[in-house]
Amino acid sequence: MTSLEITQKAVILDQGLKLRSIRKRSRRVKESAIEIFLFASALSAVAITFAIVYVLVAESFGFFEHVPIFDFLTDTQWTPLFSDAHYGILPLVAGTFVTTIVALLVAVPLGTIIALYLSEFAPSRVRETVKPFLELLAAVPTVVFGYFALLVVTPLLQHTIMPGLPGFNMLGPGIVIGIMIIPYISSVSEDAMRAVPMHMREGSYAMGATRFQTARLVVTPAALSGIVAAYILGISRALGETMVVAIAAGQQPTLTLNPMEPAATITAYIVQVSLGDLPHGGIGYQSIFAAGLVLVLITLGFNILGHVLRKRFREIY
Amino acid sequence: MADQVQDIRKLIRQHKLRDHAFALLGLVCMMVAVLILLGLFINLAIDGASRLTPDFFTSFPSRHAERAGILSAWVGTTLVMLVTLIAAVPVGISAAIYLEEYARKNWITDLIEVNVTNLAGVPSIVYGLLALGLFVYQFGFGQSILSAGLTLALLVLPVIIVATREALRAVPRNIREAAYALGATRWQMIQDHLLPYSFGGIMTGVIIGMARAIGETAPLITIGALSYIAFLPPSPVTETAPYVNFEWLTSAFTVLPIQMFNWVSRPEAAFLKNAAATGAVIIVMTLLMNGTAIYLRYQIRKKIKW
Repeated sequence: MTSLEITQKAVILDQGLKLRSIRKRSRRVKESAIEIFLFASALSAVAITFAIVYVLVAESFGFFEHVPIFDFLTDTQWTPLFSDAHYGILPLVAGTFVTTIVALLVAVPLGTIIALYLSEFAPSRVRETVKPFLELLAAVPTVVFGYFALLVVTPLLQHTIMPGLPGFNMLGPGIVIGIMIIPYISSVSEDAMRAVPMHMREGSYAMGATRFQTARLVVTPAALSGIVAAYILGISRALGETMVVAIAAGQQPTLTLNPMEPAATITAYIVQVSLGDLPHGGIGYQSIFAAGLVLVLITLGFNILGHVLRKRFREIY
Repeated sequence: MADQVQDIRKLIRQHKLRDHAFALLGLVCMMVAVLILLGLFINLAIDGASRLTPDFFTSFPSRHAERAGILSAWVGTTLVMLVTLIAAVPVGISAAIYLEEYARKNWITDLIEVNVTNLAGVPSIVYGLLALGLFVYQFGFGQSILSAGLTLALLVLPVIIVATREALRAVPRNIREAAYALGATRWQMIQDHLLPYSFGGIMTGVIIGMARAIGETAPLITIGALSYIAFLPPSPVTETAPYVNFEWLTSAFTVLPIQMFNWVSRPEAAFLKNAAATGAVIIVMTLLMNGTAIYLRYQIRKKIKW
């Protein structure tokens, strides 16, 4: 090999190395560019939360410049669009809570029983067949449930046990919302129950307990943290439910705790105002953001409560 | 002694009876929930059957219930869904990939995770308020298909993120290690292995998210969707170059659930029939989509054995 050849080879080798290092560098640049893009996408979740808080607080700020917070929290009338305007959130909050409580009275017992049945009693074939159907129940659009509340459940109640029930009331929509959130409660609590280790059940059976005793005295306490999470999820759904109450509960804000009466919820009020043509920036426009802020705070409160309860009941095996 | 045995036998009998009683109760409750779904659908189908004619799909809404149709509504739903799909799917999948494959354990990751979980629990109407303040007025998109699509995109983003993460997590660790061992970079591993293997799971999440978006009404009412639209948005595809047209993005719109809401709110019985027919159309669409997703998931579970 002449020295010339050696130099040539060295040059080629050198170029190859250079090329490789260039390729390596471009690959590294590409990799980090991708990572930055993916990171930005993930950050969007944080951005959305901030945007929600910003929009609600900023618009509510304008609202509270006109309305003292004390009146907002204590006035018993909510008539922002009347000439004699009152801005008391209580009637809307009462409506929201009444429908939610009715819904929970339906959904909590049914959902829990279904979850216990599916997790502890049902043969696996039944469970695998029924679960998709329950999932489908959760997927039915809420506007259809509204139709159901107004035109099926309320007339049914009127014809059977409550002849005096008005066409718009909170009971019908409450029951329908309850049916609507059964799948949420049953599927999340069932997951929690199935996560209870088998050997705990076996221990219970070995002591001669029946399946019902095991379900009640062993599985339920062990899964309590998950069951609470399911209830909280159901409560959040019920609080934020809009179309069912907007269609079937009537839309007059009345301060009442009687589910047989018509009333408006926070969400129904927002829909009602949005359907009209409100000028941007007016007090009516701002009022829906204030109402939305209250809704978010209530939901947040329940979620924090759920978090605390879940920690308290958590069992680690 | 004999008495005690009797007592114990009685006790056992009692508990066994209770056991069976509860099993029966569980079965009944479950059947109630499932039968309600069926009853609801049959009820809608019966109420709306007489209106489910081809004309119903090709007519605009009208003051005369018999002549009214859902043309503008289903076109609106299609276009809004298109925007939602384009906006939510890439961002959702990217975010999930980041959280599963890249994220280090630090406070930023925790913050993102907490936010994704919380967003899934925010009432849908609050997204409507956000969109009203941000898209409609701050960004000046107006009460348009663009605003509506983006609103629903925000709403389904957590659904897509959670489903994609689950799909990615189902791919075993050794697949990743095998790719790295052959010198693949992280993105090469994701692109050539992770995404293809988890495609079915990701699609399931996307379909479920879209099915949810189709039925959403409240946030779109909040941003000011109109319920009476007797025209179609400009077509997205044109006959002359450049063949695509983006004017439809700024067009006013209505969607199927809002059309149904509008008809439900009227006192005349004839319009209620229209509402029932629209409801049947929406239900068939969402059930078809969810059915596909459930079937897909079942297939994946059956087929893939790592």
